[in-house]
Amino acid sequence: MSTARSLVSISDFDVEEYLKIMELAAKFEANSYRNLLNGRVIASLFFEPSTRTRLSFESAINRLGGRVIGFSDIETTSTTKGETLHDTIKIISNYCDLIVMRHPLEGAAKYSSEVANVPVINAGDGANQHPTQTLLDMYSITKTQGTLENLSIALIGDLKYGRTVHSLIMAMRYFKPTFHLVAPPELALPNEYKQILTASNIPFYEHTDMQSVLNEVDIVYMTRVQKERFSDLMEYEKTKNSYILRNDMLEKTKPNMKILHPLPRVNEIQPDVDANPKAYYFEQARNGVFTRQAIISYLLNLNA
Amino acid sequence: MGNIQGKQMVVSAIKNGTVIDHIPSKSLFKVISILKLEDINTQITFGINLESQKLGSKAIIKIADKFFEQDEINKIAILVPEAKLSIIKDYQVVEKKVITCPEKIQGITRCFNPKCITNHQNILTKFSVVSKMPNISLKCEYCEKTTDFEHFNFI
Repeated sequence: MSTARSLVSISDFDVEEYLKIMELAAKFEANSYRNLLNGRVIASLFFEPSTRTRLSFESAINRLGGRVIGFSDIETTSTTKGETLHDTIKIISNYCDLIVMRHPLEGAAKYSSEVANVPVINAGDGANQHPTQTLLDMYSITKTQGTLENLSIALIGDLKYGRTVHSLIMAMRYFKPTFHLVAPPELALPNEYKQILTASNIPFYEHTDMQSVLNEVDIVYMTRVQKERFSDLMEYEKTKNSYILRNDMLEKTKPNMKILHPLPRVNEIQPDVDANPKAYYFEQARNGVFTRQAIISYLLNLNA
Repeated sequence: MGNIQGKQMVVSAIKNGTVIDHIPSKSLFKVISILKLEDINTQITFGINLESQKLGSKAIIKIADKFFEQDEINKIAILVPEAKLSIIKDYQVVEKKVITCPEKIQGITRCFNPKCITNHQNILTKFSVVSKMPNISLKCEYCEKTTDFEHFNFI
């Protein structure tokens, strides 16, 4: 059993650690190119492709002066010869100081963290967890609002399957938010998360119409409504245009309001929103690099 | 557990060992499997579809010269929390063991999530018990999904 500290699930960190990551990310944003890794080797293991997440991590590692080994495509690995995940991770952990991994199966990162003798960062395991996305979302919220506390947050789109939404709820519940949940009935937030919100005394309101919510909130967190999530395609046709954000809907929103999206987007945020200063999703992606620098240096106890 | 006057014991008594009683009949073979009784060499007798006022139909297992560790006993709590377990010495019940549901469970059942890593590689399943009443449900320590009692798939 490994004793190295890993980040597999957003609940692996406590509130103090969330705040520590926010503080470190701000330091890296102020001064991103720092040779803290000093040639140390980080393995970037992408068992399924995710170009943006991989490049964000690799940019973070390079800015810290580290070296990257790994693969971005499972076809080039021994996994295709039938090697077990156990053996792959056991061997690669001998070659590196930290593993960043994305895997299509849920729980793969947790299992790898038990096998490896170096820290493992989960860069997404199926529909389960993607904790660095949540931390970069939180850093984006902190940066734009000056705080994580007492914010009004609208979560819009696919609240049933969207792992980024679930993780954001789990992490933000410590900071006294008010949630507005905007989704078609088929993609409503699962009951287990509503129960967690109730147990944490977090007020939440469910809506099916987004316009009524936009003017009240500090953060609009958009997600993609995917056709394949609907069992009833008639229902999809009826609702598909109800969760699309256009620039003319933003007129009366609060001055501090910012729009976040984990990306990629398809049509749920219309291109005319991009020029609005309230559109924040591209800067959010940029914040991912600083947040990942913060997480890597925290797990490796680098003196940032 | 002594021979009750006027009644014949359907499953014969053992001198020393363990008796597991009040098992719902439909669960008997799963209990046998979970406790790995097939690996025990001493005498084992069991009865199934016996009359029971409480359960309607019950099963009973008597295992000679076998005394389970509490961990092993607790495994059957996820399957038959209503079962009663007695330790027999010299034909007498010397102790009644309380079956309590453990907080963590390893092995025993598969994760219900087809995309869970434990269903694709040879990995011991690990769960934390998230609810006990009325039926037990287990949260996978790997994929974090919850498996309800009705979806248990015993290994």
